[in-house]
Amino acid sequence: MKLLAIDTSNRPLSVAVLADQQILATTTTNVGRNHSSTLLPIVERAMTQSGLEPTDLDRIVVAAGPGSYTGLRIGVTTAKTLAFTLNKELVGISSLAALAANVVTEGQLVAPLFDARRDNAFAGLYRIQNQRPVAVIEDQHVSVAKWAAKLATYNEPIVLIGTDVQKYVEPLRAALGDRLIRARPQLDLPQAGVLGLLGQTATPVANLHAFVPNYLRLTQAEHDWQAKHPEKDHAPYVEKI
Amino acid sequence: MKKQNLILAFESSCDETSVAVVADGHQILSNVIATQINSHKRFGGVVPEVASRHHIEQITICIESALEEANVTYDDLDAVAVTYGPGLVGALLVGVNAAKVVAYAHHLPLIPVNHMAGHIYAARFVKPFEFPLMALLVSGGHTELVYMQADGQFEIIGETRDDAAGEAYDKIGRVLGVSYPAGKEIDQMAHAGIDTFNFPRAMIDEDNFDFSFSGLKSAFINTVHHADQIGATLDKNDLAASFQASVVDVLVSKTHRVLEQYPVKQLVLAGGVAANQGLRERLQKDLPTAFPNTELLLAPLKLCGDNGAMIGAAGYVQYQHHQFGDASLNADPSLEFDWMPGMVK
Ligand SMILES: Nc1ncnc2c1ncn2[C@@H]1O[C@H](COP(=O)(O)OP(=O)(O)OP(=O)(O)O)[C@@H](O)[C@H]1O
Ligand SMILES: [Mg+2]
Repeated sequence: MKLLAIDTSNRPLSVAVLADQQILATTTTNVGRNHSSTLLPIVERAMTQSGLEPTDLDRIVVAAGPGSYTGLRIGVTTAKTLAFTLNKELVGISSLAALAANVVTEGQLVAPLFDARRDNAFAGLYRIQNQRPVAVIEDQHVSVAKWAAKLATYNEPIVLIGTDVQKYVEPLRAALGDRLIRARPQLDLPQAGVLGLLGQTATPVANLHAFVPNYLRLTQAEHDWQAKHPEKDHAPYVEKI
Repeated sequence: MKKQNLILAFESSCDETSVAVVADGHQILSNVIATQINSHKRFGGVVPEVASRHHIEQITICIESALEEANVTYDDLDAVAVTYGPGLVGALLVGVNAAKVVAYAHHLPLIPVNHMAGHIYAARFVKPFEFPLMALLVSGGHTELVYMQADGQFEIIGETRDDAAGEAYDKIGRVLGVSYPAGKEIDQMAHAGIDTFNFPRAMIDEDNFDFSFSGLKSAFINTVHHADQIGATLDKNDLAASFQASVVDVLVSKTHRVLEQYPVKQLVLAGGVAANQGLRERLQKDLPTAFPNTELLLAPLKLCGDNGAMIGAAGYVQYQHHQFGDASLNADPSLEFDWMPGMVK
């Protein structure tokens, strides 16, 4: 199976081309948020280096969220449109799970985390089982204080992973003490090669048109509107004219 | 028969996701438009993050329908065109990334199109452009007089110093209790009323080609608030008619002023507000006598609002000039035409 994997969920950007279990080409950057400009050139280069034409691909795997809304939309629009236009399979993988999969110690608890600003985070808890991250606490948008308290209920070491962990390391350490293990810096960046391997065995999306990022949050406007209009719903919101 | 050049064109700058197939820049094979108006009505205006989310829900559906309705496949296409600005950055990004991917996947050239050039080229579906040409471009975010010496060349001669015409309609719409976007309904109300309030005609006598609508908006709001305070009820249709009379007077007289100085073969009326009946009728009535040598081209009603077909028409000109973008194309939310040299900005 020839596969292209894309992760633009946050500041890091990672792209990989795989043939079955083999990573043919991969690029990861952590230099800025201009993913709209840089993603496709990096994809093109990785494909060329791998000696593949777009039509040679069997499957596109994308980190589907949570993360930066704009970053997610760039990756998901690219992956979704590529899969659609070439009639290929599309797989979405949790951006947090993809990061957790950098850890390979069997049985280890891993807590990937992305900053969601104002002392909030996107976070999940995973256990590495049979070389895959298996969700223990599902991905969520949560205050760092609450998250620290949740993690503290597990009486075993937890690997905290992600470039944003540093920002909240104090409250997390206060809650977890010695059980907090900080991942090595080289593990903090998502690797599309790892994402691709996870995506190889996952089930492709059944309804490609309906595939959207997993934002994990309503927009503020929707949130406020729903609070004021619990019963009303004037969908369809989008109409063909 | 010479083979036609087919362009797949994308538009996602605001609250419409649209994909079209256009032949030779002037024939619409399909023009699929998914509008989010019903969603943004809830908030009284476009919420950028909500708009971006809707675009990604719609984008592949629109591509599929556009190809199906045009009855073409990717092999029939010659290029992909896309709006890359101006507009809402998050909204633009969906169209830009989708268009880049289609171009890459099918080895097609990519044409980056200015949304405002697209609005002007909506009039190209009526008949070929003849130059020099002047465009009165009136939309939700822009009110401009644009001079064109040739296809694909745009020079701003005058523009609004504050609100755009469409924006003014939408803002006074709120005061009248008309839901977003208010232009069309206010236009209809105006036809049922009379201009009795004599709102100001800002900058109408000034010797320049600029516009201003915020004073009109304030005068309108003050009139309504004052009536509320003294418990008087004003006729909403008369209010709408008076507002519209001011907007149309200013737009038309500034256009006359510009045409006196810049004799052109055609005057194009384009942009969302070009759908305005009062404005269309007034230009149709005045122009032939005032400027018998200038032909009026009104953008077709269906193509005044945002749509992919207009992007395909503008993109075709760039296709002929080989003005292509590459895989690094990004959205440019504040993309602008240049000013005509010598014009004071
Ligand atoms: N009949 C009408 N009379 C007056 N205004 C109208 C009419 N129909 C639509 N409009 C106005 O047109 C605007 C929408 O036009 P358009 O879609 O071109 O704007 P936009 O794409 O949001 O802005 P821009 O093109 O400047 O980026 C709205 O402000 C709407 O109220
Ligand atoms: Mg527009």
